[in-house]
Amino acid sequence: MSVQSVGIIGAGQAGFQTAASLRQDGFDGQIALIGDEPGVPYQRPPLSKAYLLGKIGLEALRLRREVYFAAHRIELVHERAVAIDRANRRVRLKSGSSVGYDHLVLAVGAHNRALPVPGANLDGVLGLRTLADADELAVRLKHARDVVVVGAGFIGLEFAAVASALGASVHVLELADRPMPRAVSVETSRVFARAHEAWGVRLDFGQALARIHGRDGAVDHVETTDGRRLPAELVDFGIGVLPNVSLASEAGLDIENGIRVGSNLLTSDLAISAIGGCASFPNSHSGELIRLESVQNATDQARAVSARIVGKPGPYIAVPWFWTEQRDLKLQMAGLSSGYDTAVTLGSPEARSTSVLCFRAGRLVAVESVNSPIDHMIARRVLARPTPALSPIDAAAPGFDLKAWEAASKTAPRRPAIPSGAELMEPTQ
Amino acid sequence: MPRVTYVHPNGEREELDVAVGMSLMQGATSHGVAGILAECGGNAMCATCHVYVDPDRLDTLPPISADEDALLNGAASERRSNSRLSCQLVVMRDFDGLVVSLPERQV
Repeated sequence: MSVQSVGIIGAGQAGFQTAASLRQDGFDGQIALIGDEPGVPYQRPPLSKAYLLGKIGLEALRLRREVYFAAHRIELVHERAVAIDRANRRVRLKSGSSVGYDHLVLAVGAHNRALPVPGANLDGVLGLRTLADADELAVRLKHARDVVVVGAGFIGLEFAAVASALGASVHVLELADRPMPRAVSVETSRVFARAHEAWGVRLDFGQALARIHGRDGAVDHVETTDGRRLPAELVDFGIGVLPNVSLASEAGLDIENGIRVGSNLLTSDLAISAIGGCASFPNSHSGELIRLESVQNATDQARAVSARIVGKPGPYIAVPWFWTEQRDLKLQMAGLSSGYDTAVTLGSPEARSTSVLCFRAGRLVAVESVNSPIDHMIARRVLARPTPALSPIDAAAPGFDLKAWEAASKTAPRRPAIPSGAELMEPTQ
Repeated sequence: MPRVTYVHPNGEREELDVAVGMSLMQGATSHGVAGILAECGGNAMCATCHVYVDPDRLDTLPPISADEDALLNGAASERRSNSRLSCQLVVMRDFDGLVVSLPERQV
């Protein structure tokens, strides 16, 4: 049976892209894009960067102008979905009405993990996920002198970078022993730790928040687990996210660190796909289930689902990539560095222009590039090959240049990666 | 508002009014011009908003930064002497009548 109507729950990057790609791919049926935030779909990445800093306005955040949606017959349903009626293929909305579907796409994203300490409900304690959050933080940043950031992940450090650029005194608390510990190599962490220190940001590792103390209902200071008290007019927390699985779980779909899908991005109900930050899908290399919160993952999965709906199915095998911007540092990551055993650093970490090549058992698994977009672009092409065929020994040779290597290896006969050289440079962790 | 024409590889033309201060990329994406992907949102990080600019207007545009230069070298379609990243071209009044061509592919 061909699909005549597509329902999409979640109007973020993944949900929006599904709708846009369906029209680009020639889908002619009904499209309902259901989301409970007001306005048209917008980009989230700038919320913690240029938008928070005031460099760009709302207009630049919007993924499309309002007229686009009517012109492309994409119905924006500004409502909260409360249940999925799989038997009748309908999405129940909070208002009591419902939207029917032949195929449903769950693009419901994730929510911020709550701060599990006393005082977390005080005025001035905020996370950052939505446009409304960013607007609130931007107003408060105008007046806040002392800012405490909980969590040195991407979002926390991006916030710290903006707050310090705006003149606040910023203190970051991180439970691990380095910044962005789950996302990047030790080598790249070091570049960012140094940069933040140079900007006057205090980085406190091995530290968590014990409690937040208030005065007249608003935050006044925080207490760390080692008993220190830090003044704070504003506390921003970014301590990870949890996938939004309740709708799917209540509808009886398989859940495993997210809404579980196969390499075709279908859930355990073949009339329902799940994509983006809520979907747990098999890594095309290792087969293990992974869940990625990134623009690339959202848009590439959206395109894959759209292609399948219009009759061009294929497995999802895109190379993941991510980025973060912190003042004058642009970090772009291709591949997944988790579990790497060998790192080779190219360029100059001191000059803040460097790439770290991460290998696991002799195979190139990720490249992290700081202020080196060309390395990043080449890395994505190399990682997309069935066998990247770059050994750590080759990469560590004096004068090695990723671009020259890629051009030469395009024509050269492929040889298997040599799983040696693990002794070359051990991560210092 | 300056009027900019985006020409698709099949010859199809889209004429759009783009506000001064927006980038050529934003002008395209906000109207949903297929062929400008802009995966990084306009941060000179991905080279998926590559365009070929009308050669006669090339010298009226701001110079190419080191990042843009590097990214254009890595673009999915051939780099030509009139290649630019549309996210780096902020529309000014004298952009009126500009014609840019879209490459075969961006990824």
